Amino acid sequence: MKSAINIKNITKTYPGVLANSDVSINVYSGHIHAIVGENGAGKSTLMKMLYGMVKPDSGSIEIFENKANISSPKEAINLGIGMVHQHFMLAKNLTVLENIILGIDKPFLKNIKLAKYRSEIQKVMNLYSLNIDLDQYVDELSVGEKQRVEIIKVLYRGAKILILDEPTAVLVPQEVDELFKNLRDLKDNGVTVLFISHKLDEVLEIADEISVMRSGQMIDTVLNSNVSKIQLAEMMIGKSLPVPPPRATSTSEVAILKVENLKSQDEDGRNIFTDISFEVNKSEILGIAGVEGNGQKEVVEAIIGIQSIDSGKITFMDQDIKNKGTRERLESGISFIPEDRQLQAMIMDMNLTNNVIIGRQNIEKYKSNLGTMKTKNAVKESEKVISAFEVKTPGTSTLATALSGGNQQKFVVGRELEDDPSLLIASQPTRGIDIGAQALIWEKLRKSRDEGLSVLLISADLEELIGLSDRIIVFYQGKLVKELDAKNVTPEDLGGYMTGLKK
Amino acid sequence: MKMRFRLVSLSAPIIALTISFGLSSLILLIIGKDPYETFKIMFEYGIRGKSIVSIINRSIPLYISAIAVAVGFKMGLFNIGVEGQYLMGSLIAAYIGAQFSVITPLHILFIIIVAVTTSSLWAAIAGYLKVEKGIHEVISTIMLNYIGTGLIAYSLTTIFDEPNSNYDLPRTKELPESGKMPPLNTLFNIEDLQDLHGFLVVAVLVGIFYYWLVWKTTLGFDLRITGSNPIAAKFSGINPNKLVVIAMITSGGFAGLVGLGPLLGYFHRYTIDFPTGLGFAGIGVALLGRNHPFGMAVGALLFAFLQRSAQILDLNDVPKEIEQMMQAFILLIVVVFYEVIRRFIVKQQIKDASKRTDE
Repeated sequence: MKSAINIKNITKTYPGVLANSDVSINVYSGHIHAIVGENGAGKSTLMKMLYGMVKPDSGSIEIFENKANISSPKEAINLGIGMVHQHFMLAKNLTVLENIILGIDKPFLKNIKLAKYRSEIQKVMNLYSLNIDLDQYVDELSVGEKQRVEIIKVLYRGAKILILDEPTAVLVPQEVDELFKNLRDLKDNGVTVLFISHKLDEVLEIADEISVMRSGQMIDTVLNSNVSKIQLAEMMIGKSLPVPPPRATSTSEVAILKVENLKSQDEDGRNIFTDISFEVNKSEILGIAGVEGNGQKEVVEAIIGIQSIDSGKITFMDQDIKNKGTRERLESGISFIPEDRQLQAMIMDMNLTNNVIIGRQNIEKYKSNLGTMKTKNAVKESEKVISAFEVKTPGTSTLATALSGGNQQKFVVGRELEDDPSLLIASQPTRGIDIGAQALIWEKLRKSRDEGLSVLLISADLEELIGLSDRIIVFYQGKLVKELDAKNVTPEDLGGYMTGLKK
Repeated sequence: MKMRFRLVSLSAPIIALTISFGLSSLILLIIGKDPYETFKIMFEYGIRGKSIVSIINRSIPLYISAIAVAVGFKMGLFNIGVEGQYLMGSLIAAYIGAQFSVITPLHILFIIIVAVTTSSLWAAIAGYLKVEKGIHEVISTIMLNYIGTGLIAYSLTTIFDEPNSNYDLPRTKELPESGKMPPLNTLFNIEDLQDLHGFLVVAVLVGIFYYWLVWKTTLGFDLRITGSNPIAAKFSGINPNKLVVIAMITSGGFAGLVGLGPLLGYFHRYTIDFPTGLGFAGIGVALLGRNHPFGMAVGALLFAFLQRSAQILDLNDVPKEIEQMMQAFILLIVVVFYEVIRRFIVKQQIKDASKRTDE
């Protein structure tokens, strides 16, 4: 069999980190090859070297059995390597066609030959059976469609090897099926696919060969037919696969948070969300399911007072909080874990002591009568969070940016739980972190819930949502379309409601 | 931050200084002057007793101006209007202060309050425009500078002009003796030199107050987190609009003190040759001193030193514009190296953190 990528004994060190240690991998041409591993296992580094974004310290790369020295993404593209990043690189105010040719044509005071490109792109799409309306604005596309645009983009640039970095992280089950169908079509047409993931079910469904990485090393490459999920998981983490812990069901009927007929419109008078009513009871985890952009994020932000509402009522602990500011709401016992820890929850260039105060800076524990900060309390508190949540850090004076994603997230969750809130709003609490950190956060959430905490949980990880929640409500196009008992619901069911296929 | 990181941070201004001396030397060589001789003359002139007093006097308003700018910078707010704010404050304070006489401490306190209030109010306009009308503060403060300058020019020749004066140019009435700040010369035993402005004391207090405000209070914390990450700040419950207005008023308040060193210590009235440009110079000093009270003090002294020592150059047939170029070189280069150093420190911290993870 012909080899598409042959990486031999590659090593890459960052200051203090051995990102890739003597890694070798052989990818056959025309195969779908998956690389699995926890966050920080070295997958991204390996891909960056393959795509010319990072230079290896030693070792060699062969592309289609020729020695290659890939020093820039441009060179990688010339060699036939295309990469679809986890975060799409699309201009949303341009059409699909314009996005695809962006950067290819460099006209100077002359018209872009749109018609010529259109027919060429159409040919590529026909060849690989990929379908999309070229004249639609990217803004109007679903996540799955945007991803398809990215794939067409790299194929049109002549890619014979397609690297997909966590492609399913942003998709609902139905879209995943669609993607996999597309990938199989690509494979049938001779394209080599390198698929990076940590979702073992998906990898087992799609890949021919699977390579497992752990802490910078290539553990093994196995044939799909010769391996089970359990075996893969053990290779990946060296221990058995964590599932969200089971509930000790004892929810009470006391409503902590009550949302009634909430409605909000944007400047153009379109509904962001409308007619939203639900309750979160004491000692209950209420899950919110929804594809991104269906209003669930905005509803949650309305509860803490960042998103404005046009009508409706928000009652927290029997008090109407609609007209209170965010600060008052947080101080009255609502904790919030925003979905983006680096952008919304932490100040990356501040140390952990400062970061522990954020959101609570005005409470008596941290503010003296003179208006000064009580730094000693903050140090104590951050030490507490670090030890209770097993945050790996040299100390409290380390900058937030120096921690790994999982440790940052553990710190944020710890900060929000340490203060004995009555309600925790957790948005994507384990997104993009390693399994160890995920298990710890699950455990802490469940424990707090058992001790009486009410949790409003938003998660794109449907297994997490089902595993942790007591009840699940589903958002679709700004409306609450379904309430489900989490005990007897499958990810497929949920996906159906989330995409409006089931009613 | 750990000590070694502090030391590393210090290397940026030192590198910037060295490179800008190098570049200035190059320019001197091109125009046919001896760089060594030039810098030697400048240095020798700059460390004379008289020069040192002048340097300190010059650095007082520069320092306070830098602090006014830095308060805004700390929350990511660009108050380019310190210029207009301090000139407005100085004019009104000079005018009202000359209308009566009480005992000196009270009189000076009163002048300070008038200046601070006027400048704060002038700055608050920009805060209001940003919050209510969405006008970026850079635009509004620049425009307010023009409006302020125009207003000052007009009112100085009409309402504020000294009545029955036989002096040709417009100027306010002189402050009575009680409104003049006594110099500090006796304190340092340098009676033979020119006046060392008493406002130096205020500048030092302002520096300490600024440090306390920004690093020790919750308000300062809110300013800093808003500056670093406005989104996270909002999620933490900070009302960004309220904070913009508070920061603008605070910045304007500091700006009100900028003109008082020269006013109380030397001019004793507002005249058309009252020093201008201090508000803009403060931006550079804040940048050089990285908004740190100590760093800005060093920066203000350095710029004051360059300004003063350059005065000897004309006498030696060297264009003194070389000094302005040096200031610009320093600023440009220091900005680059601060970023280089910042990245270095972050890398080091990541290294430390990952070492910990390996254990």
